[in-house]
Amino acid sequence: MKIYLLTDFGSTYTKVTAVDVDKGEIVAFAKSFTTIEDDVAIGYNNALSQIFDQLGRFVPAASFACSSAAGGLKMVSSGLVPDLTAKASRLAAASAGAKVMKTYSYELTEFEIEEIAAINPDIVLLSGGIDGGNKAVILHNAGIIASVPGNFFVIVAGNRSAASGAKQILENGGKRVIVCENVMPVFGKLNIMPAKAAIRNLFIENIVSAKGLDAVAKIMDSDIIPTPLAVFEACELLASGSKTEAGLGEIMAYDLGGATTDVYSMADGMPKIPNAFINGINEPFAKRSVEGDLGMRYSLTALYDLILEEDLGLAFFAAGGFAKEDVESWIALCVADPSIKPHEKHEKYGEIDAAFASYAIRKSAARHVGRNTKVYTPNGEMLSQEGKDLTHVTHIIGSGGAVINAKSPMQIMQEAIYSSKDLNDLKPLAPKVLLDTANCLAAMGLLSRHEPEMALKIMKKSFVEIK
Amino acid sequence: MEMNVKTHDSEQDQITIVLGVIGADVHAVGNKILNYIFGKAGFNVVNLGVMASQQEFVEAALESDAKAIVVSSLYGHGEIDCKGLREKCEEAGLAGIKLYVGGNLVVGKQDFSMVEKTFLDMGFDRVYPPGSDPQINVAHMKEDFGIL
Repeated sequence: MKIYLLTDFGSTYTKVTAVDVDKGEIVAFAKSFTTIEDDVAIGYNNALSQIFDQLGRFVPAASFACSSAAGGLKMVSSGLVPDLTAKASRLAAASAGAKVMKTYSYELTEFEIEEIAAINPDIVLLSGGIDGGNKAVILHNAGIIASVPGNFFVIVAGNRSAASGAKQILENGGKRVIVCENVMPVFGKLNIMPAKAAIRNLFIENIVSAKGLDAVAKIMDSDIIPTPLAVFEACELLASGSKTEAGLGEIMAYDLGGATTDVYSMADGMPKIPNAFINGINEPFAKRSVEGDLGMRYSLTALYDLILEEDLGLAFFAAGGFAKEDVESWIALCVADPSIKPHEKHEKYGEIDAAFASYAIRKSAARHVGRNTKVYTPNGEMLSQEGKDLTHVTHIIGSGGAVINAKSPMQIMQEAIYSSKDLNDLKPLAPKVLLDTANCLAAMGLLSRHEPEMALKIMKKSFVEIK
Repeated sequence: MEMNVKTHDSEQDQITIVLGVIGADVHAVGNKILNYIFGKAGFNVVNLGVMASQQEFVEAALESDAKAIVVSSLYGHGEIDCKGLREKCEEAGLAGIKLYVGGNLVVGKQDFSMVEKTFLDMGFDRVYPPGSDPQINVAHMKEDFGIL
């Protein structure tokens, strides 16, 4: 028996998936609390002993791992114009698997020093100006970032002509600096891969040990990568296929977690209707967005605040027939114990949890997909498309406990599908909805780096279609 | 967005200009000619192509540190499309940026001196009538930026 162990050190659980490489299938799964405060190896060994209980003792042929423990890879990004370099910096950080806490544009101010210090990022991505373009803003922002207390790294990926100046300013402030290619070297053209690679290398070389993952990193046969990056790679594989196995084509995936909701789209996103034209930058084929205010446990209070902002949440309460007190007592329970299971407490909490999940999917979808706006021109009505048109996406994958354990997952995933109530949001029109009930997305991302065919086959087999 | 025509090696010494056809105007040929001529003349051209909004002009100028915005309009709605561009530039911190405009800026055959006055009052620095030679614009830009 040749077995690979694929481990995901999550913020709450350490999940271990065992794959029999000869048979090409998942043979065991176990999870245990992540013990990052003491020693992450304790939780890992607990999960491992469960695996051994299931399969008997064995020596794994290889072990691979990813991590979002200890807050994940926390980043702040900044650029000049919100829709241009600031957006490019956010896309770069998100595609590297970071939890992008905030994206700033234009000149940073003194007030933001404290805000960034409070976020306590692992990395700050500094961009602004196309090559040969604006230098003043990135140099100014380097000065502000240099004065933010904290032992974080800064990646400079802005105007080439200002890069060495910005590096100097930051180093004078005691920051460790990496310079890489501009996220937007030419106007309107994204170039996020160099910044993505720089983030990934920093994570592997420095942040893994800073997060206390040193000991477990040593027993792995490959570098520990950020969990969202593993999921990202699983999605890329699932969409485009491998040498011998066809992919599913254009897909989207939603990972509804305790702290964030992550949305992935692997699709070209070009206009699908004749009178639409793209406004703004062409977003990349493989895109990830991460929403720090849309989480089912740690960020539930922020999610509830969003709901209350819209008509005091009246529509939300009315749709589910919830009493406000019940909703708030559920939130209090989640804050007290993030590992809570709603149905075990009370039937109504299951419904409230599902309603929150639906809301998170709807909001995160609206922020990820493109949007059409009508423009009236002498040539008639035209549609200005900002972002990606994902109406032709054929499959949506739902992942995360709140979706998988819900009584009616389709009710939640429905919000990811085009609907007349969000007329201008370019969500998939008629996709198949698949659930990652085996909780294997991140694990298959890890496996895809070594055995892509097998990872793809396992995903296709284990995802369950729902209607 | 198109490739720039570059004749100079160093982008450091080049003056960057933003070029585009404003509003819902889709006249692409003149835009391509201007892009070519301005690039040949030694400018670093950020070309927005057709159907560019005021916001796009302003944002492109910000990111590229442009010294001038060159606006074309051929379909007669230039006055409506251009109104407020100077104010937007000021608001965005692009004080002093040169604004040039040319083409069939208004509907029908109106006296050009009236048209010119309208656009100068709007805050444009130079206004060009239909059919004017792009080299005149090149000469003006060189003069305005002190390039011989």
